[in-house]
Amino acid sequence: MDRLLRFLYTYRVFFTFFVLELLCAWMIVTNNQYQSTRYFNTSNRWAANLAGFSHNVREYFSLRAINEELANENAMLRDKLERESQRLFVLQSGSRDSSALQRYSYIGAKVINNSTQRYKNFITINRGRLDSIAPGMAVVSKDGAVGKVKSVSDHYAVLISLLNIDDNVSATITRTGHFGTAQWDGLDPRYISLKYIPRHVKPLVGDTIRTSGFNAVFPEGVLIGVVRDVTLPEQAPFHDIKVELAQDFDRLAYVSVVRSHLRQEKDSLEKITTGIAK
Amino acid sequence: MTRSLIIQIISFFAYLLLQVLLLKNLVLFNVAFCFFYVAFILLLPLETNSLSLLVVSFLMGFLVDVFYDSLGIHTAACVLVAYLRKYWLAAITPQGGYDAGASPAIAASGLQWFIVYALPLLFVHHAALFFIEAAGFGLFWHSMLKIIGSVLFTLTLMVLFQYLSWTNRR
Repeated sequence: MDRLLRFLYTYRVFFTFFVLELLCAWMIVTNNQYQSTRYFNTSNRWAANLAGFSHNVREYFSLRAINEELANENAMLRDKLERESQRLFVLQSGSRDSSALQRYSYIGAKVINNSTQRYKNFITINRGRLDSIAPGMAVVSKDGAVGKVKSVSDHYAVLISLLNIDDNVSATITRTGHFGTAQWDGLDPRYISLKYIPRHVKPLVGDTIRTSGFNAVFPEGVLIGVVRDVTLPEQAPFHDIKVELAQDFDRLAYVSVVRSHLRQEKDSLEKITTGIAK
Repeated sequence: MTRSLIIQIISFFAYLLLQVLLLKNLVLFNVAFCFFYVAFILLLPLETNSLSLLVVSFLMGFLVDVFYDSLGIHTAACVLVAYLRKYWLAAITPQGGYDAGASPAIAASGLQWFIVYALPLLFVHHAALFFIEAAGFGLFWHSMLKIIGSVLFTLTLMVLFQYLSWTNRR
């Protein structure tokens, strides 16, 4: 026992090093799990306040661009409102299911922290649990899909950006209706890859890619991007498709968090069905 | 002793705030990042106790991680550098040894020595950082590009910064 203690003492620096690295490994692994409410990230109040302050300073330098974007968004929303109210007039006479009218509601939020150059990029927004945001919700902008909520605190939330090599989104080619998986390859923040589109499909440059709505995170038909390049390697079962993102992630300022009102119903229905099938 | 301790504590937070408020937004050509806060670990006085060096590096890495949403990654890289620092310092001892109470900085040992000292440690730090973030060697060449770009960027800034503060003190 004495010798053991002396051994430990002689190599105390190495053992401290070893224990600290183990602690790091544990933190990295637990932090990688997809949906979680964690304290030590930028949804933490102190960190978020500081990040928000830093963002406020930076924002002055891009005010013009943000103004322009907001004006565009206003115009688009007004236009949409007009069309919706006309549709509503027709619907009012027909469907009796009130929730069919509003499956999703949108919560506006401001981006206070964002990165695009790393392999695993995250976005922090200034809305949290008290604004009824929960892990797993989808986030969109006026241009297209942005990401999913990873963790929330009372006033802030951290999103997994589409520009995160761990993130998969179920996507379809609008023209042909075939679906695959959109995933970032970690290289260029303007492009994302569309995977698992089989050989017999003929995707063309210029096809739009939208979310499929299969996993009930994203609403169906949210724009992801436009096909820029299609290659079909010899013998490969799937196409290599390069999609230019509709949303310029370097200029992300305002986003909307999507609350799916029917998600629970859909999930539990699917669970029951697959449960019986087993 | 207490005075130098207070200065170290203040500079700890100065490096941290500089990193997360300013340098975090500074990325050149999408490949060169600036992890200037590593300078804090590299420039601590030579006689710093190994154990406290490890613990301080752990804290520094951890706090940076909180702001980078990358819990554990910077911490792992910092602890690694803090551990290797002692052995590397012993390996490149200049003729006549180190002066008592000195920092491993340009002012004490010259530019050439400092580059020999800082370059490999920065490389180890950045390599650990980017390869852990990419979860393996799948993006090897792209990671390599980022590592080399970031090492050069960070090292340049460290050297410039030391020349600035050094002349001021004279």
